[in-house]
Amino acid sequence: MRFRLVVFFFLIFFSSCHKGFSQSKIDVIKFEDLQKIMNQPNDTTLIVHFWATWCKPCVEELPIFEKISQEYLQKKVKVLFISMDFPKDVATKVPSFLKSTNINSNVLLLDEPDYNSWIDVIDKDWSGTIPATLILNTNMRKRKFYEGPVKAMSFLEDLKTMLPSSVEN
Amino acid sequence: MKNFKVNIIKSVVVFSVISLCSFIRISDNKGYAIGDTVSDFRLKSVEGKMVSMSENRASKGYIIIFTCNHCPFSRAYEGRIIALDKKYANQGYPVLAINPNDPSAYEEDSFENMKAVAKSKGYSFNYMQDENQDVARAFGATRTPSAYIVKREGDRFTMQYIGAIDDNSQDANGVTKHYIEDALNNLLSGKPVVTNFTKTVGCAIKWKGV
Repeated sequence: MRFRLVVFFFLIFFSSCHKGFSQSKIDVIKFEDLQKIMNQPNDTTLIVHFWATWCKPCVEELPIFEKISQEYLQKKVKVLFISMDFPKDVATKVPSFLKSTNINSNVLLLDEPDYNSWIDVIDKDWSGTIPATLILNTNMRKRKFYEGPVKAMSFLEDLKTMLPSSVEN
Repeated sequence: MKNFKVNIIKSVVVFSVISLCSFIRISDNKGYAIGDTVSDFRLKSVEGKMVSMSENRASKGYIIIFTCNHCPFSRAYEGRIIALDKKYANQGYPVLAINPNDPSAYEEDSFENMKAVAKSKGYSFNYMQDENQDVARAFGATRTPSAYIVKREGDRFTMQYIGAIDDNSQDANGVTKHYIEDALNNLLSGKPVVTNFTKTVGCAIKWKGV
């Protein structure tokens, strides 16, 4: 009995060490796949966030989107973390980065190296610099695009105007 | 009443001038457009000499590439930039590589490390530091690598191509569109460049004091 108790406390102790479980397997997608997700008629507001582990301003900004992803989960907001890392890093560099920075959201790696063929499809004003972020609500026909790091306060204000009408702000 | 009208006209004029100024400033930030005259610059190369566009009288123009040491995209292109210089320098279009990054943000991009990379990779072209970042600003470069082609027209240089080197940053063997080469081949056969603007992803240039 006493042994069981010790084991139990051990388990509790170790599980409290983990803040969450970061993703170890990252799916590689093509632009076509991303477009399918983006074009789906949906009540949920999508935040499509382009970033990479090699991009310093992206890495600095990522915790903001991780926080939004957790806090707006109940408000029908889904953050898509689209990594622009090279596919060769999909099983190594990217998951170890997510683990070390406690990013628990789902990350997809976009393998579409002919950037010129799809940058304009995301937004005509996008020069290609990351981080870049798109807020999208297909049902409300609303979209807003940001190149470079967002200003957290005004981004959240914008997001609030794009929440599904069924959600109370 | 007349005074009131004059005041309105005055405010409209002032307002238009202000908005025009801000418009001009915005377009300035975007850098050169195709066909624009490109101002000459003088930058220090890893060999310690000052390099400008005008001094090489034999050149028909230049392939100007903003690149650096730390960025994985730039690294993926090192070999291809060397190959471009080998192929086009003797046809009149040598490469000028410019590192615009603030070295205090990326130690790898310091002048000493630029020298080391140029030596170990055997750069055949000038690799220069844009210490004040003025050249990158004038070009409207925002990330590395960013490629441009300028053509000599008498005493001036004009912008002919802005964008990516090719359509596959990750894998040189997977390239299907050789943007820079195609543009140069157009120019060398006396034709206008067919695809003169492309977009790409790269590492954001780290500006000083930002």
